[in-house]
Amino acid sequence: MNLDLTFFSWAVVSSFLLKGLYFSVFLTVVATLGGIFFGTLLALMRLSGKKWLDMPAAIYVNGMRSIPLVMVILWFFLLVPNIIGRPIGPEYSAVITFVAFEAAYFSEIMRAGIQSIPRGQVFAGMAVGMTYGQNMKLVILPQAFRNMLPVLLTQTIILFQDTSLVYAIGAYDLFKGFDTAGKNFGRPEEAYLLAAVVYFVLCYSLSWLVKRLHNKIAIIR
Amino acid sequence: MGKWDWQVFLEDPGGKIPTYWQWLVSAWGWTVSVSLCSLVVALLLGSLVGVIRTLPDSPWLVRFGNAWVELFRNVPLLVQIFLWYHVVPKMFPVMAGLPPFILVVFALGFFTSARIAEQLRSGIQALPKGQRYAGMAVGFTTPQYYRYVILPMAYRIIIPPLTSESMNIFKNSSVAFAVSIPEMIQFAMQAGEETSRVTEMYMAVTVLYVISAMVINRIMAWVEKRVRVPGFVVAGTGGGGH
Repeated sequence: MNLDLTFFSWAVVSSFLLKGLYFSVFLTVVATLGGIFFGTLLALMRLSGKKWLDMPAAIYVNGMRSIPLVMVILWFFLLVPNIIGRPIGPEYSAVITFVAFEAAYFSEIMRAGIQSIPRGQVFAGMAVGMTYGQNMKLVILPQAFRNMLPVLLTQTIILFQDTSLVYAIGAYDLFKGFDTAGKNFGRPEEAYLLAAVVYFVLCYSLSWLVKRLHNKIAIIR
Repeated sequence: MGKWDWQVFLEDPGGKIPTYWQWLVSAWGWTVSVSLCSLVVALLLGSLVGVIRTLPDSPWLVRFGNAWVELFRNVPLLVQIFLWYHVVPKMFPVMAGLPPFILVVFALGFFTSARIAEQLRSGIQALPKGQRYAGMAVGFTTPQYYRYVILPMAYRIIIPPLTSESMNIFKNSSVAFAVSIPEMIQFAMQAGEETSRVTEMYMAVTVLYVISAMVINRIMAWVEKRVRVPGFVVAGTGGGGH
């Protein structure tokens, strides 16, 4: 096969890829922030020691983690319009799906992070008269976040790769951009190769940064 | 959505397969075979690359191993499957005649091999250095002390991450829908569209995924118990991955 990359011009980048890249990044950022927020809530529920909080959170987290992401994407695309009572685009559906799905994964990371804090810290917080909320907010969670930062960021890189799965419902992300450009110019093979190169460069640089950050944090402790 | 209608599974999809439930069973079979074959490929390649990355005095082999892991870890699985399905047969005419099933197994197997290689590397490096020296001291060659000293312990250490990796491979096989492998997601989409009973189809597939995940979990727990070395406790590993 002869590779012909001549179709790959600035026009292709600006009219096919940028829109997709923008959505992939947007989806990654929203899902990371939303996932960490709801994931932390789920982790707190699971560590609360109260059965009525622990059990639903455990069922949610384990349920999400035993179903493939593609299936979850399809489910939300089917159910969300029914629940809110009006049609919803694949992009909005994807955002809701990823926040809900990633919350389950981030909650496991946050749970490990909270459990990594020595018990003495919890008791110290209690001893100076902090409420549960103050203790979590001022003592436990800041340390848990810091311990777990490299893992959270690694999960974000995985999440960025997983955004390509919105292909299942036809949302327009970075991969879809390459796919469309390749089909339009009759050069699908080259488009997929370029897609792989772009994803590789992005994810490799990000994981290199995470590694550096990890070393930095490790030195300070 | 209206009322549920489970009798839809007794209807005839109008193909070679007489009913929808039999089609579902066959789709589950595809999911299982893609996963199992990919797991075999991933274990073989992952073990090889993982060992290579820990070899003493072979910097180029170590670099090759590291490059392998970075390459297959930093490209989304969907893109890798498209590459194997659309690009590899055109670039390498030898692979042109291969059925899609084999290509997808390679895609998922190579993708997962990078993760297994990484786990095995950290498993080997988690062993005390003395084990390696002990092997050398009794006069084992490098392959011998890997075979008899290091690997038996390293594989035991990495059983928990291998468990989640085998559950991951099962879930990741769902991405094969994108290249028309008739596995469960493909079934859910097609049968849902044909019958307009999307909820029922999704539910059946979801339940099968959950049950399968639980079965794998049990099998691996059994394996872990069977091969446990008395007095040797392995710490669990947390979080991450899909």
